[in-house]
Amino acid sequence: MSINPEQVANTAKLAKLKINADEATEVAERITAILDLVDQMQAVDTKQVEPMANALDAVQRLRIDQANPSENAQARRAAFQTIAPATDQGLYLVPKVID
Amino acid sequence: MKPLHELTVAQIQQQLIEKKFSSREITQHYLNRIDTLNIDYNCFITVDTNGALTAADQADQAIAEGNSTPLLGVPIAHKDIFCTEGLTTTCGSKMLANFVSPYDATVVSKMKTAGAVMLGKTNMDEFAMGSSNETSFFGPVKNPWNLETVPGGSSGGSAAAVAAQLAPAATGTDTGGSIRQPAALCGITGIKPTYGRVSRYGMIAFASSLDQAGPMTKTAEDAAILLNSMSGLDYKDSTSLDTAVPDFTATLDESLAGLKIGIPKEYFDQRLDTAMADAVQASLAELEKLGAKLVDIELPNSALSVPAYYVIAPAEASSNLSRFDGVRYGYRCNEPEDLEDLYTRTRSEGFGEEVKRRILVGTYALSAGYYDAYYRKAQQIRRLIKDDFVRAFEQVDIIAGPTAPSTAFKFGAKTADPVAMYLEDIYTIAVNLAGLPAMSLPAGQLDNMPIGMQLVGNYFAEHKLLNVAHQFQLATQWHTPTPTSLKG
Repeated sequence: MSINPEQVANTAKLAKLKINADEATEVAERITAILDLVDQMQAVDTKQVEPMANALDAVQRLRIDQANPSENAQARRAAFQTIAPATDQGLYLVPKVID
Repeated sequence: MKPLHELTVAQIQQQLIEKKFSSREITQHYLNRIDTLNIDYNCFITVDTNGALTAADQADQAIAEGNSTPLLGVPIAHKDIFCTEGLTTTCGSKMLANFVSPYDATVVSKMKTAGAVMLGKTNMDEFAMGSSNETSFFGPVKNPWNLETVPGGSSGGSAAAVAAQLAPAATGTDTGGSIRQPAALCGITGIKPTYGRVSRYGMIAFASSLDQAGPMTKTAEDAAILLNSMSGLDYKDSTSLDTAVPDFTATLDESLAGLKIGIPKEYFDQRLDTAMADAVQASLAELEKLGAKLVDIELPNSALSVPAYYVIAPAEASSNLSRFDGVRYGYRCNEPEDLEDLYTRTRSEGFGEEVKRRILVGTYALSAGYYDAYYRKAQQIRRLIKDDFVRAFEQVDIIAGPTAPSTAFKFGAKTADPVAMYLEDIYTIAVNLAGLPAMSLPAGQLDNMPIGMQLVGNYFAEHKLLNVAHQFQLATQWHTPTPTSLKG
């Protein structure tokens, strides 16, 4: 299956990526080559095959949904905020969304 | 006495306890080597001189007090995909070039607890997406056997660091062959454990249903020692296995008499260089001499592993990498006009070409109308591939073949053709899809470049792989030659 530059642009929009117009053709060609590789799967009849997400057919272990108060919660919060590009009084700053 | 950088982890452990040298001495020795030689290989992204010396002094103190933990005072390197508290973790990307994690990955904390001294963080393909280390934002790693060739990837920095004797051992991660293929190309030993054996907590995610960490070492014995410290249940990783972890060193000395080794005909097909095939066959003959029996087997769906992988891995990656949005950590573009611009420009400027390509493939495969044709189909193929292995392991104890289709290739040889690069992992990918343990060990040379032999085990049979590899290494010398670039 081939993908054209317009489909690449639409997919890039979904993925929040920008593909420059001068790159679009080359990107489309390379992704088409990957999709050609992937399409080898279509030759196999898998109607009776159950999809497999985990090799050991394990399911995710869930924990009880309860808060785990930590003694140094404030310090941990500060540690996580110091690595953010922009924060103010404990909040993460982003450009204005609503005027 | 051998130079300190030629010692294995097992020898370092022993000689530290016998006080032949201190942890500070060997740590300083490695830091000096990195200082002088890393410029030739580009193995390390970050070197933690002060942290390493502090940890070494603490280890020496503990040794003096008569304490003993499995890796006490042993210097190691971590792939820069493992979060390390207070030290930069880049994942080989501009996106995380200045990222300092507020916590340690479980692998890092477990090895710290075992007494290991971290020298620094090793270079890698960006977000572990690559088989040559050429996608790293920090420049490619060079193969110590020939500086014009790639070290393999994505754990190329770890593999080259061990081969160039800039660390006695290192950690790696393997999503489609990223421990085994660079181990093969650099002439070292590496093992990818059963999926779930080693915690993924704090290991930056690429494809969560395939990612697995493991050790990269000079010998199988060292791999067993490191794996003992890395493995085990971790509630912080929801797919971590609640299965007892054996002492992987306890069975290294078992005899191979009567061991049945399956040889898949699909792994010796026309894609494999004939001289490579001959070298692997010669190593298999060595295993026969040790009492193993070779059995022809079939893995009929193995050719479908690369196509299925290049749906599943990019699909999971496109989801995992959506967290990089310029809000909470990592790179942020300058002066975003609005939220959309913040997301789009941050991601377009922060990710490299291969990462963007895989995000696009994954997003496309998961987008409306294509899910059944791609993602669901790939998961069905994944089961067929697993079933092939399940049938094979009814007949044999382990499976053996080549790790990679050729020895290390030249820089730039495959960068213009992503599909050619993807086929580099043709013998390793099926194992990740099936979640099985597998390792690569040096098994010959072609034109002075190392060749890797891959051993694949049944679920939880890491001990068997390590046993076979150890016995092979007692009988042969392929794991001992020094890379050409170190001789000059």
